[in-house]
This record gives sequence, C-alpha cells and structure tokens, in this order.
Amino acid sequence: MIISVASGKGGTGKTTVSTNLSFLIENSLIADCDVEEPNVSIFLKPEISKKEIVTLFYPEVNKELCNTCGKCSEVCAYKAINVFKKSKSVFFMEHLCHSCGACTYFCPQKAIFEVSKRIGIIEYGRYKDVSYAGAVLDEGNIKAPQLIRELKKRIDKTKNIIIDAPPSTSCSMVAAVEDSDFCIMVTEPTLFGLNDLLLAVDVVKKMNIKFGVLINRFRENSDFENILKSKNINIIGKIPFDIDIARMYSRGEILVENPKYRDVFLKIYENLKKLL
Amino acid sequence: MKQIVIISGKGGTGKTSITASVISLLKNHNLAIIDADVDASNLYILLKPSIEKEFDFYGGLIAYIDKLKCVKCGKCISVCRFDAIDSEYNISNLCEGCKFCYNVCDFEAIEMKNRFSGKWFVSNTSYGKMFHARLEPGEENSGKLVSKIKEAAKEYSLDKKIDYIIVDGPPGIGCPVMASISGTDIAVIVTEPTLSGISDMERVSNVLFTLGIKFFVVINKFDINLENSQKIENICKEKGIEVIGKIPFDENVEKAIALTRPFAESFPDSPASIALKKILEKILEKLN
Repeated sequence: MIISVASGKGGTGKTTVSTNLSFLIENSLIADCDVEEPNVSIFLKPEISKKEIVTLFYPEVNKELCNTCGKCSEVCAYKAINVFKKSKSVFFMEHLCHSCGACTYFCPQKAIFEVSKRIGIIEYGRYKDVSYAGAVLDEGNIKAPQLIRELKKRIDKTKNIIIDAPPSTSCSMVAAVEDSDFCIMVTEPTLFGLNDLLLAVDVVKKMNIKFGVLINRFRENSDFENILKSKNINIIGKIPFDIDIARMYSRGEILVENPKYRDVFLKIYENLKKLL
Repeated sequence: MKQIVIISGKGGTGKTSITASVISLLKNHNLAIIDADVDASNLYILLKPSIEKEFDFYGGLIAYIDKLKCVKCGKCISVCRFDAIDSEYNISNLCEGCKFCYNVCDFEAIEMKNRFSGKWFVSNTSYGKMFHARLEPGEENSGKLVSKIKEAAKEYSLDKKIDYIIVDGPPGIGCPVMASISGTDIAVIVTEPTLSGISDMERVSNVLFTLGIKFFVVINKFDINLENSQKIENICKEKGIEVIGKIPFDENVEKAIALTRPFAESFPDSPASIALKKILEKILEKLN
C-alpha cells in the first residue's frame, strides 16, 4: 500500500501529517520525496544505516574518435550537445541534458560513451518501528523528478509506504504521488491554501488517484469546510489550530508521542482505513 | 532598474504576503511585478491583476504515434528511458520530448508535436504591470516558463524605465528557483524559526552562494521560537550572511489574506508592517 501526502501550497503540514501517520500505520516506511528541501529526518530522527549515491548517465565524447560530423547535435532535442565544425570541437551543457541516450546511440563513430554523474543521495534508516528512506538533491542540481523516481524504485515495497511529497503541482509533485493508492491532501483554511489545494486536486484527479483532504490549523466557525463540501471534496480529518502544535513543530517534535494529539491522528487514520 | 527576488526554501514561510506588502510599500516607484511561483501562484489573490494580454506556452515536445503506420516492432519502447510508451504504443505524460523514438523509428510512424505547458499573462495592477503564469497541472518546464515571464518583464522594464522589478519566488531549490534568481540584483530569503525552516534556508543559501548572488535573510514570525531565531542568527553570522530584519508573529497578516490585500496596506501600523518597513529601507539602501 502506498499513501502519498501532498498539498499544492507549501508549509501546510505535509511533513507533520506523514511523519505522525507513519507511527500509527503498521509495518510502515516513510519516504521523503521532497528532495529539494527534505525535512522528514528532522522529525523522525532516524538512525541512518546506509547511504547511496544516485547518478544519471551523461554523454562524454572521445575526441580521438569524433570526426565532428554533427549527428549528435542533430538528434539532441535539448540543444545540450553542440558541434562546431570549424574549430572541430564538441560542446556539452549538462544542465540541458535529459540523459535520454540518443547521442550515444546515433553516433556513427561510436565516439560517445556514457558516464555516471551524481545528482544526489538516498539514505535509509529507522526509528523505533518506522523505516525511513529519504533522497537529498545535490544543491545546484535540478534533476528532482529523476531522483524522486529513483527513490521510489529502491524502497522496500513489502512495507506500507507513506510518501512525503514536495509542494506545488509540478513534475516533482507528480513524480512523488504517481502510483499511490491514496493521496492525502493537506490544506490550511486560508485563501492561499484553498487556491493551491484546488490546483493540486486537479492533478490527482487527472492521475486517477483516490484522495481526501485534511484541514490543518482548523478553526471552528470557519466556512472553509463548507466550501470544500460544496465542491464535493471528501474531508478525511481536521487538525485544530493550536499554538502548542506550532511550537512542537518548530522544535521538530512528533505529535503522536503526546496522548492529547495522538487521538487526533488516530481518528484520521481510522477514516483513512475506511477509504482504503 | 533593480531586481529583488523573494524566496524561502521552505514553503509557507510568508513569501507572498511579504512580497505583496513590499510592493504596496513601493507604490510611489515605477514597478514591474513577477509571480515566479507558476504552479501554485497566490500573488494575484492580493494584487488583483486584470489581464491585458494572454499567451500560450509550449515548453517542449511530445511524441505522437500514428497507429496506422506503426508495425509494433518495439524499437521505440526499447530505447525510451522515460517509460513513456506503453505496450499498446500509447505515449504518456512521462514523455520528455527527447525525439529518440522519432529518430529511431524505421517506419516514420512517430511525429513530434508541441507540448502545451501553460499560459502566461501580462496584467495591470494598481501597483504596476504584473507578469505571471499558470503551468498546466503536472507539467514540467516550470523553469522555462519562469524564464519566459522574466524575459518579458525585463524587456518591458527597460523600455518603461522601471525602478524595481519585484519577484515572488517559488519554494524549493529546483528548476523554477534557479530561473527566478538568475540575473537578480538581490535575493531575500524569508525563513521561520522552525528546524525545517532553518534546514531549508541553509540549502537555498548554499545555492545562492554558489551562483554568487547577493542575498539577505529575514526571519518571519521570529517570536514563535526565540531559541531557533537565535540559532538562525548564529548560523548566518558563521556563514557571513546578514540577517536584515525580523518580523514578529502578527495575526493581521492572516486577516489581510482573508481581506485579499497586502498586510502593509490594510494594517499599516501593525507590528509586522512596521518591521517590514524598516527591512525594506535597509534593502533599498543596500541596492542603491
């Protein structure tokens, strides 16, 4: 089973929800797919048992074999590899390359080979009964979706997987939530929260993923709940606005270790089980 | 013409509220405004732009297989590294438009089409021209779309002798962030005194250092956790980053969102507005 936690807007409480639920779900593994700004380990404090370097293939040209025929730049859709016939040189721009392998395949001289280059790391560990896997994108690298997909390939599928997705509705968010059995969308009762939630709902609907909304920092007598209901959006739980929760969050604490908040999450988990 | 980009690393630290208030405080200048958060944009909620021009954005290519010409030889499937072609020879959204399948097909059954990735707008607000966009949900190429609106804004600004270009940046450190900060005069990181806020600020500041961009840190809601705020100041001092100001937690900020106005405009005498005014003065001093 794979449950993803997404939001659209950043800072609505994705990591709070995913980490706390990982304590309640049996045989759980939490996968930090917010590879640009990973925060799960701040809360979970897992003991790390293994780290792996993740690489992508990039072309490298053997100058002795290359006759600057230009076939590679002809087949490259991204203008990442450019041949200058006058100066008999090949110029490669890594940030434009999608590692598709076309230049290597089509080179008539077999002058291009592929080398692995690092884009980030994946670390594995556990805290108590919760397994952890998290990917960290190298600063300055932009291959976030690729790293997310690699992380998802490598995690133990026999576990109940909880995915902490990145904010937004872009390709990284899609890479994180694709293939999940259920997506919990965390929102906050503000206009910003609503705006971004509706965009994110569009994305998961397009992907045919079942979802439910969790309202964080919920205040009684707000009409936020009614707005969602009027849009036929299923609400699976509410976390009340509580300054103590904000303080615990700021210190990187787990809420379910406190009986007062454990019940809030148990209720959410019960609702979730009914929908799965 | 000077460009200021507001980013954060972590989402939800208050970028958009602060950007909108900065814009309202600079009302007496000639401004161009960019919302570079193209896949979850919120600035429009506070600035209420009326759209003047609208453009389609094609971020790249997508393959299309002509089933009448296709003999199902499987060559395209075997070379595609993005798992974008299924066993029925349908192309999914995973296609990155690399043209490998198009080039490898012996039967000319594959065509490359422009991929519609979103729309971008030039709009009027009471504060100045606004350049913003809407990425199609789930599309890639958000970085390219950001570059597109930045280009348009820059061209306009040079022509109209604009004083400041103010950019509301996206969260994270990926493509759209890189596109937002490229070529800026100054970046401002809005962080919050939480452990996540600190970690994310450190990562985004490393990116700014590597690119050689001048930047400052603002601690928003600093009084929510004074110990962590002190930690931020210590980290910044160690790294040679200036904390240019601190904004207290202020309920008026959220109230202003509900009123769909910049907080510095609706509640000019509130603690957050007073703090932001001081910060802005300092930023302008550094810029000029």
